[in-house]
Amino acid sequence: MTTATRADLNVKELESRAKSIRRSIVESTTAAGSGHPTSSLSGVEIATALYFAGVLRYDPKKPRWPERDRFILSKGHGAPLLYAALAEAGYFPKSDLLTLRKLGSPLEGHPNMRRLPGVEASTGSLGQGLSIGIGVALAARLDNLDARVYVMTGDGEIDQGQVWEAVMAAHKFKLDNLTLIVDQNGYQQTGATAEVLDLKPLAPKFEAFGWCAQEINGHELSDVLAALEKARNTKGRPSAIVARTIKGYPIQEILGSDPNHHGKPLTKEEAAKALAILR
Amino acid sequence: MKLGKSVREAFGLALAQLGEADPNIVVVDGDVHNSTRTDYFAKKFPERFFNVGIAESNMVGIAGGLASSGKRVWAASFAAFIMCNAYDQLRMSVAFPGLDVKVVGTHAGISIGEDGPSQMGIEDVSLACSLPGFTVVVPADEPSTYKAVQALASIRTPAYLRAGRPNVPVVYENGCDFHLGKAIMLRPGKDVTLIANGLLVAAALEAADQLKGKGIDARVLDMHTVKPLDDAAVLAAARENGRIVVAEEHLLHGGLGSAVALSAGRQHPVPMRFVALVDTFAESGKPEELLAKYGLTAKEIVKAALSLN
Ligand SMILES: Cc1ncc(C[n+]2csc(CCOP(=O)(O)OP(=O)(O)O)c2C)c(N)n1
Ligand SMILES: [Mg+2]
Repeated sequence: MTTATRADLNVKELESRAKSIRRSIVESTTAAGSGHPTSSLSGVEIATALYFAGVLRYDPKKPRWPERDRFILSKGHGAPLLYAALAEAGYFPKSDLLTLRKLGSPLEGHPNMRRLPGVEASTGSLGQGLSIGIGVALAARLDNLDARVYVMTGDGEIDQGQVWEAVMAAHKFKLDNLTLIVDQNGYQQTGATAEVLDLKPLAPKFEAFGWCAQEINGHELSDVLAALEKARNTKGRPSAIVARTIKGYPIQEILGSDPNHHGKPLTKEEAAKALAILR
Repeated sequence: MKLGKSVREAFGLALAQLGEADPNIVVVDGDVHNSTRTDYFAKKFPERFFNVGIAESNMVGIAGGLASSGKRVWAASFAAFIMCNAYDQLRMSVAFPGLDVKVVGTHAGISIGEDGPSQMGIEDVSLACSLPGFTVVVPADEPSTYKAVQALASIRTPAYLRAGRPNVPVVYENGCDFHLGKAIMLRPGKDVTLIANGLLVAAALEAADQLKGKGIDARVLDMHTVKPLDDAAVLAAARENGRIVVAEEHLLHGGLGSAVALSAGRQHPVPMRFVALVDTFAESGKPEELLAKYGLTAKEIVKAALSLN
């Protein structure tokens, strides 16, 4: 088998993983009756590439394995995405996803690392994940571990000043074991990011702060994988991947006129339509 | 008691009204105006509304600058984010210079439910009370929130208004005689005094009903203003009833219970009990389930009162 066909096959398999994760996101949030499905859907290819293409090294049976790579979901309201990926990876049964947001379930509205193995940081107050990632990356360096840290933020989330303090610190510490992925879906809670707080052009900002920055189509698995590969091979400085995505992809059309649909689960009817698309 | 609007909704509507009366009023929000309900104001007065993005520290600093230039500022976000993310800015850019900024924290308490602990302001009252010069108000329902907003607009010093997310029972069906720093006696009584604010006022009234069935005559005070506290009302309760139960949807430390205990301790110490969240975060769940699990209910207030006998 040539490398090319192996990669092709791999992408097929990854695409079916991505679909499965998307179905879980829709099912779990609709069952919960609340949550952020559209925020979760835009990051699916990124999580798929991290967890199922051999990028992250992890062992669901040893969630505290010191040498594991870390994925920190800084945009904690995307919890349904994280939970779906963790279930898919074997941290817990997929049936648990239907307990999302229910009393007693460790699948809280936002990730809680004390309750759910596989969750690397408790998030939900936006803007803190990259700083935590720096701490983890520094500790790995101190312990001579080869662990890599991946942090995902939203594009509204990076309004927070703390994110930019972290951007400066990661450069100072030359953290080439740290990669930031911005899920640039163009919307935040109250509207388009271009209107609320326009951060464009974004990739040049990271470059100006001394980072290696790449801009990609965040729904193209091969692009995501190539960008992660380049980040891994970048030495002496941290990497930022600005992933252009679509909030609610690929079911945004059935959600009516509001392209943001922030923090609203799909109704049962919408969910049925979405699941048909995601078959 | 019939269900009324949420406190945040009542706040948003009252704020939009205020905007008409005073062209000097400006509002800052951090990408949550459809949650805090400052969107009512934003729609009416877009030129006086500033959405600064998800950046609460920056937002509070901006509020300070606007206020130091003579604007009358209302700054809103979730209680957890505006108090915890922007605390240094509240301290240095608002409290220390004593500027006219009204800070509003919505989604306070555990009754927000499913979103879980990261979004629940459970320490906001404590933090607000620790800002010198801040008035701190926790309204119980829709009518008293209208009054609270007007009262806060009438003072020129900084203040914190706490607002919950869910719709809440109407305590004041026949209007509300609201004065900052003055407790409202909702029910007279001679055996025990139940002091509450916010969501727990309705629960305290329910508890008083249940206690009556057990032959206990409970006084109920709505202590909507935590700072400055109505020391006279606490003294009267302590002297006349000799037993106090304080109930709040907040951490035990630094909230209404602490304030009342300090006041009673200074003036006339009596046995007290506290219904509050004790040294813990909550979790995700339905609001009623959480209130029951963490003991913020009429039933717990009754238990607390009975344990004083
Ligand atoms: C500190 C803080 N402020 C406000 C919020 C409320 N909030 C939750 S999601 C959100 C919008 C996030 O937008 P973005 O980062 O672009 O994520 P998306 O949902 O688009 O993926 C806001 C303002 C929060 N969770 N944390
Ligand atoms: Mg976004």
